[in-house]
Amino acid sequence: MDTTPAPLNYLNNGHTLGSWLLTKDHKRIALLYLLSITVFFFLGGFFALMIRLELLTPAADLVEPDTYNKLFTMHGIIMVFFFLIPSIPAVLGNFLIPIMIGAKDLAFPRINLLSWYIYVLGGLFTIVAAVTGGVDTGWTFYAPYSTSASNSNVILAGLGVFITGFSSILTGLNFIVTVHRMRAPGLTWFRLPLFVWAHYATSLIMILGTPVVAITVLLVAVERGLHLGIFDPALGGDPILFQHLFWFYSHPAVYIMILPAMGVVSELVQAFARKNIFGYAFIAFSSLAIAVIGFLVWGHHLFVSGQSTYAGLVFSIISMFVAIPSAVKVFNWTATLYKGSVSWDSPMLYAFGFIGLFTIGGLTGLFLATLGMDIHMHDTYFIIAHFHYVMVGGAIFGYLGGLHYWWPKITGRMYPEGWAKFACLNIFVGFNLTFFPQFIVGYLGMPRRYAMYAPEFQVYNVLSTAGATILGIGYLIPMIYFVWSLKHAPLAGPNPWGARGLEWEIPSPPPTENFAATPIVTAGTHQYAPSHEVGIV
Amino acid sequence: MRSALSEQPHGHTPHHPYLQHHFDSMGQQMEASTLGMWVFLVTEIMFFGGLFMAYLVYRHQSPTGFQEASHHLNIYWGAANTAILIISSLTMAFAVRAAQTSQPRAAQVGWLIATMVLGAAFLGIKAIEYAEKFRDRIVPGPYFQWEGLYPKPAEQFYSLYFAMTGLHALHMIIGIGIMTVITIMAWKKQFDGDYYTPVEVAGLYWHFVDIVWIFLFPLLYLIGRHYHAG
Repeated sequence: MDTTPAPLNYLNNGHTLGSWLLTKDHKRIALLYLLSITVFFFLGGFFALMIRLELLTPAADLVEPDTYNKLFTMHGIIMVFFFLIPSIPAVLGNFLIPIMIGAKDLAFPRINLLSWYIYVLGGLFTIVAAVTGGVDTGWTFYAPYSTSASNSNVILAGLGVFITGFSSILTGLNFIVTVHRMRAPGLTWFRLPLFVWAHYATSLIMILGTPVVAITVLLVAVERGLHLGIFDPALGGDPILFQHLFWFYSHPAVYIMILPAMGVVSELVQAFARKNIFGYAFIAFSSLAIAVIGFLVWGHHLFVSGQSTYAGLVFSIISMFVAIPSAVKVFNWTATLYKGSVSWDSPMLYAFGFIGLFTIGGLTGLFLATLGMDIHMHDTYFIIAHFHYVMVGGAIFGYLGGLHYWWPKITGRMYPEGWAKFACLNIFVGFNLTFFPQFIVGYLGMPRRYAMYAPEFQVYNVLSTAGATILGIGYLIPMIYFVWSLKHAPLAGPNPWGARGLEWEIPSPPPTENFAATPIVTAGTHQYAPSHEVGIV
Repeated sequence: MRSALSEQPHGHTPHHPYLQHHFDSMGQQMEASTLGMWVFLVTEIMFFGGLFMAYLVYRHQSPTGFQEASHHLNIYWGAANTAILIISSLTMAFAVRAAQTSQPRAAQVGWLIATMVLGAAFLGIKAIEYAEKFRDRIVPGPYFQWEGLYPKPAEQFYSLYFAMTGLHALHMIIGIGIMTVITIMAWKKQFDGDYYTPVEVAGLYWHFVDIVWIFLFPLLYLIGRHYHAG
């Protein structure tokens, strides 16, 4: 690890385009994912911006209602399938899991590269669908609208989602095998970082849920293309079956988005409170509990779809059970802060943001899990606000926090901390201004998915649009300083945060094979000794 | 282009030529590969599971209609295909065994080719069956014709029939593709007792596809044969 002028690392080991596009190095593949999901993030963000601009006034005056339908559909499809689901696992998980467990790579490097190409192919299908007219079914592709009524590009977009699903399946498969078979000697399950536990639970959902949504959207495409009667009542099918099959995946998919973010927060809280996590085993098992219970709650999306009252009752109760492992995590993070030596670096700000916003998102989820309450709230802006608190306030805050925390490891350079704090504050304020009014306007009865609304709701929508503008600027700032930091920011050194974990014991950026020799682990990888000197460079 | 990695001392002891660099040992590599295939098969179960779920729901909704529809499937072709696939599982198992016990190339390649021939025979019979359905106009869509009492459930039954057996046939085609690669590897004498993971993993896949058919055959052809509509 001696410092030579230009130590060989994964970034400067080969500069040709081929050395990137044909790489089998998990770290380079993570960067390929980072680039591509960023493109999709801004594409999805563009659609969100158009939605918010249209909703500035009660009338449908900026875009036609048909166009509006396509805008929110494309926003949903792109953000869910092409940004949120791959975000933390495919970028940070891909980069960090092999390093955190002391391995040279994931178990199947070629499959890892393949998963990225599959992702890009699915993304191209979706972009072609968007460019050649868009889709207007909503991201949920509900039948019979998607099977016969809609005359938009449902087949193309469905195939895009179908194809991308396999990228997610292969990532999950790779993580599971890697965690089982590639751990360094002495790295037992209960010495694993909680980030790895969270990704293991996520991977279980990826491999068990994704195939079901894959076959479901494939059947929609086949139904439109070949007139097989599976979901369309006109052909003898049952549209409720579509909803069951779709949500069997798509509810657990919410946990694909939030569990990795929880894993990131577990790491951040330890690193910036300089304490071992409180209740390690509880946090580890709560990830698994969320993954398992998450598969038993899909019926709460069907409360008003003609599902039987008894089924609704059971799904309502089981949905509330998810709150238990979620609360276990929140309480344990908070307890970790107690008597910790807390520093307020920007990753920690995102972690604090996550804990607060996820709690709001989670608690409002309980409102919606309550059967009678949901009848009132169903398909209003209340639910829009609820899941954006979980997905943006939760998943994106976790993603940005993790990206800042591991940026020095990924690139070898720091980022401007002042700007980072400013951007974080910007995002926090913008986010709350965008979505908090939606709780109120949803409770008052404004339905989702309409280009027009009653005039008395305008003030809330103006607030939302103003917030979205601030939020959008908040997203652009990190873009700029991250790119700037690649050349101009100071070098980070192997462990700028004084954090624990195998990834901080190797150079930044890491060498191609991560470790010169396979590490041998003799204790938990996150021991923050009480007297550990605090040295932030 | 500089390839710095190869300049570094790669390993301490000479290792097996088929050991990938990120694994420590052949044992670890084999365990990872087989676990990977098992996990993949779990995803396959969930993938087919959506179709089986649809089948169960619709069979529950119109049991007599489904029974009537299933009478137009040719049980002899179905039974023959079941036998063919079971035998192909046996030849596949022999192929794995041949590689594992370092048997000569002729044995390994022979069993693999036998497996592929049986798989192709299955697909041939499936093609004959599909052609019969097209001839009798019981393919769902605008040209669907049904003489029986329950035309709607029958159309639905054949929707599911084509979706399920079609997806299964696609898996068979992919399986034969995989077997072709494995056979070429066996021809190049790559497999012996120390390294036979690809044969083993391909075998797991082949057996899985067979087992899917073992469920499809009774669900589509057999259940309710005793019932005579009309």
